[in-house]
Amino acid sequence: MTSSKDKLDLRKVGYDETGETPRSASFLIEDDTTRVAASKERDLVMDSMRRTRGDYPWVKDLEWSLVDPDTDEFTRLVASHENPAGNFIYVKEGAKIRFPAQSCFLLKADRNEQVLHNIIVLEPGSELHLITGCTAASYSNAGKHIAVTEIFVRKGATLTYTMVHDWAPGVEVRPRTGIVVEQGGTYLSNYIALTRVKHIDTNPLAVVKSGGTARFNSILYAKEGSFFDVGGRINLLGAGARGEIVSRVVAAKSSVISRGLIEGGNADTKGHMECNGIMLDDQAVIHAIPELKATYPDTELSHEAAVGKIAGEQLNYLMTRGLSEEEARALIIRGFLDVRIEGLPASLQKVIDTMIEQAMTKEAI
Amino acid sequence: MMKPLLEVENLTVAIGDEPLLSNVNLTVAPGEIHVVFGPNGTGKSSLIKAIMGLPPYRVTSGDVRFEGESILELPIDERARLGIGLAFQQPPAVRDVSLSALGIALGIDKSRLSDEAAQIGMGGHITRGLNDGFSGGEQKRSELLQLLLQRPKLLLLDEPESGVDVDSLKLLTAVIERLFQRDLPIRERTVGGIIVTHTGSVLKHLHATRGYVLVNGRIICSGAPLDIFDQISENGFGNCLAEAQIKEKTHDFLKG
Repeated sequence: MTSSKDKLDLRKVGYDETGETPRSASFLIEDDTTRVAASKERDLVMDSMRRTRGDYPWVKDLEWSLVDPDTDEFTRLVASHENPAGNFIYVKEGAKIRFPAQSCFLLKADRNEQVLHNIIVLEPGSELHLITGCTAASYSNAGKHIAVTEIFVRKGATLTYTMVHDWAPGVEVRPRTGIVVEQGGTYLSNYIALTRVKHIDTNPLAVVKSGGTARFNSILYAKEGSFFDVGGRINLLGAGARGEIVSRVVAAKSSVISRGLIEGGNADTKGHMECNGIMLDDQAVIHAIPELKATYPDTELSHEAAVGKIAGEQLNYLMTRGLSEEEARALIIRGFLDVRIEGLPASLQKVIDTMIEQAMTKEAI
Repeated sequence: MMKPLLEVENLTVAIGDEPLLSNVNLTVAPGEIHVVFGPNGTGKSSLIKAIMGLPPYRVTSGDVRFEGESILELPIDERARLGIGLAFQQPPAVRDVSLSALGIALGIDKSRLSDEAAQIGMGGHITRGLNDGFSGGEQKRSELLQLLLQRPKLLLLDEPESGVDVDSLKLLTAVIERLFQRDLPIRERTVGGIIVTHTGSVLKHLHATRGYVLVNGRIICSGAPLDIFDQISENGFGNCLAEAQIKEKTHDFLKG
């Protein structure tokens, strides 16, 4: 079992071992050993990939169907593993799972390389809220988290996928994610990373079929010495598909590349992107790369991007109400990161709110 | 005689090297309302922003005292915490901060905030970004609402009624009366302030103490606010200007 110190860390990323917050299923992997895999719901399978490959051979056919194993050295590394660890989540047709499912990827041993392959399948008409927390057991941890995740949102299904990253300053993180959203399905991704990390690069691709919707929200606070290359790509493949990418970035003595690509490739497709960034000092770099690609005339794509420091007149204005300059700055940053996420259960919104609160109080801004 | 709330003494203010205000003097006691008139761009807003300590206004000489102590060295927020409150003529939009978040940061009781907001017709605006997409009238109401919550002793109101319709004007005037404790007997009033106005509409109910005409950064005449307002309404700033020019010539003559 995990130590009490780990429990504290896990709650920070939304993983509740105490049972205080209702969860439909739980999965916990420590380095590459599965510690918990349990579901309270008959229609929801929460298991380890190693066991799943044995029990359900058809799952093997899903592996590498959305992510090309030759994408880069990290996908090749995962592909070279004969039986990599990982998380398998499956929701049966029409099942609407009331409470969120939780999973947690914990990097425990120092200098460890965690290599994972995850598969998530929502059968037609099903619904699931999933929160995944990724963290290192100790602040001084160094290590690598390399994970391929393939997500199948079948016809009319809805997945909200909230991912919270709370790594350590020495950790490198390389998630490689592919999503398919079938006809009329919805995929809503919330990515939150508010603590120091050596390197994160991730640029998931969602292919959206007719009448489907994909949304990526990312909330990033890049602190000293961190490097983030975080984005989202949405391919509006089917008629009437919708896509939205919203990113909020705060950078202090760190570098952030904030990417977004929406491709409109069919009739009545619509996509919108917002990339906003706040620079906190002269050692920060924010590189916003919003891209729109139309390959069909009847598509409507738009983006807005704004990067800069907090305007002095806004600080002065709040100071006239009695806040110090630091308090005014913190209030603006907190508000900037506070993206209300439509359709997110209150308990998951609370995790995000608490994380933002902690990010604001842990270190002086 | 009550101790003055505010003493502005020979105040000279510049932006960079460009002078804006020259030798301005005025004293506000508790319960008093002083009204500053003047054409556009003459330094009225600069005066109250300089008292608040806002950049880019730079005091080059003179003094500003609040309750007997000079505040020139204090940052904006300390002036606010002493009890000075400013209603901006054109407040900046702060998209990421709502009135309700600001209220929490300032430790203001949540239900008091929503009650006050509802009374002023801003109940639906407290979770929106401050001034973000607010109409002119909503901005004025939001400014006064913030002052109601802040409860300052010294109010600095920059054109609190400009550009609003008749209904809003009534509401705003009622709030300004409340801010200045017009419901209390005169000797119990502790709040005083300066109102910058060019329409004078707020004067009808407020019974201001003294009026000033500010032109080119100088106070060129002062007197009973309604007299000054009537003169301005009939003759513009001409009379005051002529009077000031005569005074200046006499001064030069006497100096030789």
